[in-house]
Amino acid sequence: MITRVMQWSVRREIWENRSIYIAPLCTALLYLFGFMLSRLSPHRIGVQRPFDAAAVILIATAFIVAIFYCVDAMQSERRDRSILFWKSLPVSDRTTVLAKVSIPMVVIPAITFATVVTLQIAMLLWSTTWINVFFHALILLYGLIVMSLWFAPIYAWLLMVSAWAKRAVVLWAVLPWMIAGMLERLIFGTSLFGFWMKQCFMGFMEAAFETTKQGQVERLDQLRPGNFLITPGLWTGLIVAALFLWAAVKLRRGREPI
Amino acid sequence: MSCIEARNLRKVYGSTVALDHVDLTIAEGRIVGLIGPNGAGKTTALNALLGLIPYSGTLRVLGRDPWTERGDLVRDIAFIADTAVLPRWIRVSDLLDYVEGVHPHFDRVKATAFLAKTNIGKSSKVRDLSKGMVAQLHLALVMAIDAKLLILDEPTLGLDILYRKQFYDSLLNDYFDHNRTILVTTHQVEEIQDVLTDFVFIDRGRITLHCSMDELETRYTELMVNPDNASAARTLGPIQERQLFSRNVFLYDGIDRQRLARLGEVRTPRIADLFIAMMSKEQEVAR
Repeated sequence: MITRVMQWSVRREIWENRSIYIAPLCTALLYLFGFMLSRLSPHRIGVQRPFDAAAVILIATAFIVAIFYCVDAMQSERRDRSILFWKSLPVSDRTTVLAKVSIPMVVIPAITFATVVTLQIAMLLWSTTWINVFFHALILLYGLIVMSLWFAPIYAWLLMVSAWAKRAVVLWAVLPWMIAGMLERLIFGTSLFGFWMKQCFMGFMEAAFETTKQGQVERLDQLRPGNFLITPGLWTGLIVAALFLWAAVKLRRGREPI
Repeated sequence: MSCIEARNLRKVYGSTVALDHVDLTIAEGRIVGLIGPNGAGKTTALNALLGLIPYSGTLRVLGRDPWTERGDLVRDIAFIADTAVLPRWIRVSDLLDYVEGVHPHFDRVKATAFLAKTNIGKSSKVRDLSKGMVAQLHLALVMAIDAKLLILDEPTLGLDILYRKQFYDSLLNDYFDHNRTILVTTHQVEEIQDVLTDFVFIDRGRITLHCSMDELETRYTELMVNPDNASAARTLGPIQERQLFSRNVFLYDGIDRQRLARLGEVRTPRIADLFIAMMSKEQEVAR
């Protein structure tokens, strides 16, 4: 029963936020178009390593979509008053919040995976070089899972602010951190905070991969899932994410339309 | 078992007292109008019943505490706020799928049958429907939910008279049976008078009157007299006096109807008139 309600809750999030799949689809089509043009040109212009670039661009798109989704997710239902309708149905606040966080953590990565693999296969049909799509897909899958877990506190934070703020979610989400960073700079003259921030966004690379000097991942033995799983940052992040989500559930419980 | 039971219910927002020691018992199978001016606490009361806000005092809806047992309770309650709460981006067919998916007591066949009588297309989006159609759509959903308590908060706000009439007709003919309880707030008191079995006046967070329609007939009388009988009528202690086409209209509480009939025309007052009378009396007391 709960899983059925969960499924429908996730489905309604996708209905409401079509950009979740439209944005990656458009990006992939544009990229493919550009790739085909570069193949047709006699000068062999275009990016180096186009297959990797395709993955990177789609992952970046997915991240942006996920951020925008989280900022709006808990606020739009209050803004358009539809929260009164959702709350009239037997769907708990916990199920709703879990369905919402599953969008950036499960649905968007799954869509990204499918889009990248399809795009790479489509590109293969147009190129003279060969890549091992299966091998690429494996690295991609690993990377997406790693990022999903690593970014969990960021998504959860945004959802919580989105549930709390009456307006200007982005401002409330970003400003406290910026002020904290500036105060540290002014008072202590250090930039530990900035370093920590960078870790929050990019720390997963070091924790989960053994990158080459150019920051590339080319071989399967560069994946370090064991090391990733024992990184304290991962687990503190997940605990903090759980706390933010718990707060989001409590906030939604008492929230009224704005 | 009573459907709603409130004891000493209280809700404060900052320095505003929205509900002030409310005691209210509503039996099963009644259709109750909750009537009060803007800001009287109607919506706060409904929100407390629906478990949307915390409160102090005790409150039992269908035997459950709405705040702590909201999850179980919400399955047996259907709720329509003013018509603007259906998500505008959703497609009608998706909406039916969704409600069928999440609600264990939803009967899709019923909803579809009700929608077939309207001009609402299955593939249209809510944002493309007129206000009246959105209200019909919401009503179709709610009528297909086998709920024990239906709560309507200004359900016909902003609709034209034709839709309003249809709305209450469908509610009575197709939905109401005596196992269900309906609680409705509206400003169009006149239109629902004949639908109600009970009404409750609420003002500044307090219940000022809880009365059944039978009681209204036996307890309250409206008397219309010519000016020459006015002073005689006044001595009987009316709760309100007003002028209508150069005749005087008096409203009495608990005065024998036979006795009044000797002075002029008597009839049962309209709820709206009684409401106005009680409100102006309250204001005088307050002064």
